[in-house]
Amino acid sequence: MCGIISVIDQSKNFMTGESIKNALALMNERGSGEGAGYAVYGAYPDFKDYYALHVFYDNLVEPKKEVESLLNKWGEIEYAEEIPTYEQDRLRRVHIPWRYFFRPDKNLLAGSFSPEDDAIINLVNKVNIEIKGATLYSSGKNIGVFKAAGWPEDVANFYKIEDYEGYIWMGHNRYPTNTSGWWGGAHPFNLLDISVIHNGEITSYGTNRRYIESFGYKCTMKTDTEVVAYLSDLLGRRHGLTDEFTVNALAPPFWDEIDKMPENKHKIQKAFRMAYGSAMMNGPFAIVIAKPDGIVGFTDRIKLRPLVAAESGDCLYISSEEAAIRTMENNLDNIWMPCAGEPVIGRVKK
Amino acid sequence: MSDILEIDAKGLHYTPLNKMLRDAVAKGRKKIVIDNIRGQRFIGDGLRGEGVEIEINGVPGGDLAMFMSGPTLIVHGNCDHAPGNTMDSGRIIIHGSSGDATAHSMRGGEVYVRDNIGYRGGIHMKEYQTKRPVLVVGKSARAFLGEYMAGGLLIVLGLGEDKPAEGRGIASGIHGGKIFVRGEIDESNLGIGAHIEEMNDEDLEVIRPFIENFSKFFNYDAKEIMNSKFSKIVPSGSRPFANKYCWE
Repeated sequence: MCGIISVIDQSKNFMTGESIKNALALMNERGSGEGAGYAVYGAYPDFKDYYALHVFYDNLVEPKKEVESLLNKWGEIEYAEEIPTYEQDRLRRVHIPWRYFFRPDKNLLAGSFSPEDDAIINLVNKVNIEIKGATLYSSGKNIGVFKAAGWPEDVANFYKIEDYEGYIWMGHNRYPTNTSGWWGGAHPFNLLDISVIHNGEITSYGTNRRYIESFGYKCTMKTDTEVVAYLSDLLGRRHGLTDEFTVNALAPPFWDEIDKMPENKHKIQKAFRMAYGSAMMNGPFAIVIAKPDGIVGFTDRIKLRPLVAAESGDCLYISSEEAAIRTMENNLDNIWMPCAGEPVIGRVKK
Repeated sequence: MSDILEIDAKGLHYTPLNKMLRDAVAKGRKKIVIDNIRGQRFIGDGLRGEGVEIEINGVPGGDLAMFMSGPTLIVHGNCDHAPGNTMDSGRIIIHGSSGDATAHSMRGGEVYVRDNIGYRGGIHMKEYQTKRPVLVVGKSARAFLGEYMAGGLLIVLGLGEDKPAEGRGIASGIHGGKIFVRGEIDESNLGIGAHIEEMNDEDLEVIRPFIENFSKFFNYDAKEIMNSKFSKIVPSGSRPFANKYCWE
């Protein structure tokens, strides 16, 4: 059990983090105080062309020196600072969050169609695997992930989340079940411009992990959710699938349903299941994936976790509970429960 | 003391709220109105009392009226997951929709939902002697309706809907109880162990009082509903899974 909530203003009007904090705190019952976090799109307008790298340091001596030396090898740090935090009684400061606005040198990487992005993925892998005492958990442009092991309101107050503004927000309240609760294991999970929040468990994690690691991604966060972020990056950015087809590959229809489809649909679905059999996710889940141009929410194929969607003006809300959405906006035009495996998509208007 | 206890639940946690409800009922209060409910779980759980009516304005959280015995809860808003979970007796009347696993493991009493319910409505409902739980849904139900049902009655009316019960696995694993769906149900939507049977006059008399109640609560014409064709779903035999978990 976990609590998730996300909102997009499709006209790109900015919202502060105040209301999502309250909405997430309303779902405290869905968490255990061992992990909460927020992602905000549009967080760093002054540095929007730089990758915003958020790093947890265990100390500011060896790991920081190593990370900075790596960054300086691969590109240029435009600006760096400790992420401002504010002591909370119930939240133990286990790490020191730092941020870098960074531009990789694209000439340093051969054989890639998106050398800057791939350089960042390399850096994330290197830091998280090789540098003891450092975790690089947020790496998108103009995107910030703020998370820790604590209750939603404590984590929000720790980062003073109301000081940030964005047109997409995500919030997650964690109830760790299979692995321990730690700062890096709190959601959202982010890689480049993709962020993921997830309620449930990916029981196909072993298969998915083997598949995604064969493409060079490394799973380091000790929890199943990170494969969703990497799968979305692989299918969306590298394979160029639409959001609809990405969800289709991750939570496909059952074979008996495919068998009943008209021939052209049947062919497409069969091809998808053959090509992406190892990307298919099993187990109970409700997931929201955010990218700079929109959010998509979906559940597993037999709906073992809750998901509610609502619209109010240009805003689309997706959450585990209606009450949480109503905490952000009680005046809703429309509220509904999406079908199992069916994507709910909110996109920035062109 | 006035006859009606009014509670403003804005920002109130469910523990003190439930204490207030229990204290009030213990002192003989028969009518309670709770305003500004937003997401509080477990409202009325384990509450006992005959002739008690509680009105809830807002959107309650999950497991409303779990283990409740006796009272009537009237909700003006949508419910989250599993209202009526393991309810013993009494009534829930929902002026809106409710989430997944509505009437989960119910063992007695009645739940009426004006609009839709989510997945797995009536999962594992059961009955024993005079205890027979009933769930009536005005519009539609999602997949796995009546999953593992062991007793009780599920009635889905599909009012204004193309498909009253959509999706797969209807009555999957059913071994007791009956499901009545207004309109046609395709055999391919049924789960393992389920079977469609012809309705008979006795069946109509069984569902009539609950359809009349539903129509009274939500302003529908009971006669019109009763004149429709219903599909009846029951277990395919007295022990459909007798050989499932052991060697023959």
